[in-house]
Amino acid sequence: MSAPAQPLVSIRDVTRTFTRGSENVHVLTGIELLVNDGEFLALMGPSGSGKSTLLNLIGGLDRPTAGSVAIGEERVDKLSDRQLAAWRARHIGFVFQFYNLLPALNAERNVELPLLLTGLNKAARRRHVAAAFEAVGLTHRAKHFPRTLSGGEQQRVGIARAIVTDPTLLLCDEPTGDLDRKSGDEILSLLQSLNREHGKTIIMVTHDPHASARASRTVYLDKGQLSTTPTT
Amino acid sequence: MLSLIQLFSVAWYNLRSLPERKAAALTAAVGIAGVVGVLVGVLAIAEGFRRTMTVSGSPEVAVVLRSGSDGEMTSGLERDATRTIGDAPGVARNGAGPLSSAELFVIINLPKRSTGTDANVPLRGVEQGAFDVRGNIKMEAGRRFATGRNEVIVGAGAARSFAGLEIGKSIKVGQNDWQVVGIFTADGGLAESEIWTDTAVLQPAYHRNNSFQSVYVRLTSASAFPQFKDTLTTDPKLNVKVMRLSDFYEEQSNAVTKFITTIGVFIASLMGLGALFGALNTMYSAVAGRSREIATLRALGFGAGPVVFSVLVESVLLSILGGGLGAAAAYLLFDGYRASTINWQSFSQVTFAFQVPPLLLAKAIAGATLIGLLGGLFPALRAARQPIAAGLRES
Ligand SMILES: Nc1ncnc2c1ncn2[C@@H]1O[C@H](COP(=O)(O)OP(=O)(O)OP(=O)(O)O)[C@@H](O)[C@H]1O
Ligand SMILES: [Mg+2]
Repeated sequence: MSAPAQPLVSIRDVTRTFTRGSENVHVLTGIELLVNDGEFLALMGPSGSGKSTLLNLIGGLDRPTAGSVAIGEERVDKLSDRQLAAWRARHIGFVFQFYNLLPALNAERNVELPLLLTGLNKAARRRHVAAAFEAVGLTHRAKHFPRTLSGGEQQRVGIARAIVTDPTLLLCDEPTGDLDRKSGDEILSLLQSLNREHGKTIIMVTHDPHASARASRTVYLDKGQLSTTPTT
Repeated sequence: MLSLIQLFSVAWYNLRSLPERKAAALTAAVGIAGVVGVLVGVLAIAEGFRRTMTVSGSPEVAVVLRSGSDGEMTSGLERDATRTIGDAPGVARNGAGPLSSAELFVIINLPKRSTGTDANVPLRGVEQGAFDVRGNIKMEAGRRFATGRNEVIVGAGAARSFAGLEIGKSIKVGQNDWQVVGIFTADGGLAESEIWTDTAVLQPAYHRNNSFQSVYVRLTSASAFPQFKDTLTTDPKLNVKVMRLSDFYEEQSNAVTKFITTIGVFIASLMGLGALFGALNTMYSAVAGRSREIATLRALGFGAGPVVFSVLVESVLLSILGGGLGAAAAYLLFDGYRASTINWQSFSQVTFAFQVPPLLLAKAIAGATLIGLLGGLFPALRAARQPIAAGLRES
């Protein structure tokens, strides 16, 4: 990673305030964050510090109260809801703590879902799905329904779904939070290889120092602010 | 194209997940089935009654009453008048003379088969010409009454509803016993609810020596009616009103048909409101139970439109399913089901069969679809407006 890195994600002076009843909750207060293309960034912090909130802003699921969020050339905070949906489909792959697979669809159908938003025909979709299963090492489970898969397997399907459209950015919110150590390690290895071998830019929220150790950089969120060292 | 794929894939996924909430879905569908069943059932009563009252009303048959009377009960005509009417231009003739029948209409009491309690039955005195005038009277069993004898023939509907009207039995009219000698049909029309006898025998029994209540005539053709009517209404010696039989029956049935329809629509509206809230409730909880899935789809990049569409599709399909079940049940239970009710114009029993015409079924299912659309709309909008980040947090 010695090439001059362009910041892929640039977050400038971002504030996010929620109103709960008559009270204002200032979750993020003046966040500055640059993430380069090809980085594997871990985002840590105490529970309730706003990690998911920040990740949602980057992924275009939410808009900042103030400040700017740019991914590549796109000012995400300026897009309409409709534009955001289309933008997410093209550029973002989400991996969730509880997998969020659709229970009525088998693994293959779950992974195919994001491809329905591209113009790909059936044959092309099938090729992409097969490649994604290959990448997560779960080809033999493609026809299984989520409830018949272990947690680790479900998360692999979740990752396959996140990468099947070859997105610009992979956003993972506690991807190992629901897994035992062994399965968690396998998932982390998978993410790491996606980063190293396929050049995927990954931002991963985690509580677990084991997980952040796999990342190329770790930032800490506390009391609305980011820092490069843990504040305990 | 892309958005169509979105639309249908989300709707399809949603339907695939329906079995996970089948209890609630079935409850909503059954509620709607109930509404449609009751609505179709009640309207089938009204439709069946109207049919019975109008089916036998041939446009070639005219009925003449005293002017100002609102039915046969309140009418009265003297012998001279009935002769003038029979001889009027436009009346068909055969070898025996004009096809006309001067008739007497009285009410007697007989025990109902179902309850054993007495109810009103019309007893009609007719002349032999009445059979040719009506044209649709067929003897189902036995024979016609003989002229000048205390004999009656009984409409098939009356025979079914009332006890003691089998051939060979007798009924008491005034002081005398009258024997049942035949059972007749009238194409399912009103006459099947009546008992007929010779008007010349009925007159003395009821002390109506030379008076009648109505004259029925068969016209040479339907188009002869205006001339027939004008001749009688402009005759200074007569004081009559002249109607086509079909119009007369229509008028007679209107009050009852309207009454039943009004009650039916009222009950069905109340039930429909209940079913609407049932559907709303079902769809709100379906949407609430799926909020994480919906948020996931939205996070992947699916738009709000497909989410709204998928909820509406589910709700409308459930309603159509319920409506179809209700309509089918109503059809199987009610079509052709026989009943009797009071004809308020003559205060006598009319027997009729429920009628469930296809148009009625179609309307009822359309109503169910509307309930489904309304019941799905607000939950669908709520599902689409729910913030994605919040939806993802739900467990
Ligand atoms: N939509 C919202 N409305 C109101 N408050 C919210 C909303 N979303 C988040 N919050 C609040 O913002 C704060 C940060 O929430 P967030 O989920 O980002 O924390 P987190 O760091 O991801 O926590 P955890 O480690 O438990 O996942 C919490 O206090 C939360 O209650
Ligand atoms: Mg979180």
